[in-house]
Amino acid sequence: MKSRSLPIKDRGLNFEMFMWLVTRLTALAMYALLLTGVIGALIMGARTQMNLADVIRWSFMPNPSHVQSTNVPDLLPWSTTFWQLIGSAFLFIAVAHGVHGLVVIADDYIVKPRGRSIVRFLSIVMVIAMTGMGLYILWTQ
Amino acid sequence: MGLKRNVSLATGLRYKGQGPMLTFVLHRIGGLGMGIFVTVHIVASFVGGEIGGFANNIYTHWLFQIFIFFCALFHGINGLRITVLDLWPKLIVYQREAIWMEWAVFIPVYALAVIIVLQTALGG
Repeated sequence: MKSRSLPIKDRGLNFEMFMWLVTRLTALAMYALLLTGVIGALIMGARTQMNLADVIRWSFMPNPSHVQSTNVPDLLPWSTTFWQLIGSAFLFIAVAHGVHGLVVIADDYIVKPRGRSIVRFLSIVMVIAMTGMGLYILWTQ
Repeated sequence: MGLKRNVSLATGLRYKGQGPMLTFVLHRIGGLGMGIFVTVHIVASFVGGEIGGFANNIYTHWLFQIFIFFCALFHGINGLRITVLDLWPKLIVYQREAIWMEWAVFIPVYALAVIIVLQTALGG
């Protein structure tokens, strides 16, 4: 069977196509950030018997409060600007990916133009609110 | 605008999409689950205090951990398959093989995680 799909560069570009690509690329970016978090946690927590769950929790969002309850003796290496930047990058990417995903799901059930405009308005509010709250948590420890 | 599906819910439920359809449904459940969890988690951390603590108690429960790890792991692995097949469209013909591969990765990793969560929650 021959593949019936158009090559990506022949598909044209509009907002939907752009977000389609963003969703895929942010997925790859999140894998890269997760790997950074895993490697960081393994290096910084190597001598503290850190368990798998704590490594994973740190990797999903490198925020010092995620390792506070573990037996890490010193939170200093975990709360550097580097990790705040990684956390912020993860936040931006995850919010964009996630909220767009919610819009895609909503569009399957809300089909009237007016409803879709409301969904879009709510999604913009959500992106701003989530990013704002997340950045506040990350940068005001 | 204003697409119509022209398909009732009952017809939709009778659709036999098999393996790929199952991953589609689970991808959606996983995405929604993580979306709700992350939203609640960020808001709870932002608000803090008693309300934040209440939300904390929910998602440190082992049942919730088993659920959310299913969401994250399945959405992650299935998302990687979607990304790879979509960015290299020629590979679409191998979709079914890719889905089998996906389960071959997902089942052992998830099973191991569930065993560890249960050991910590019930054995300790």
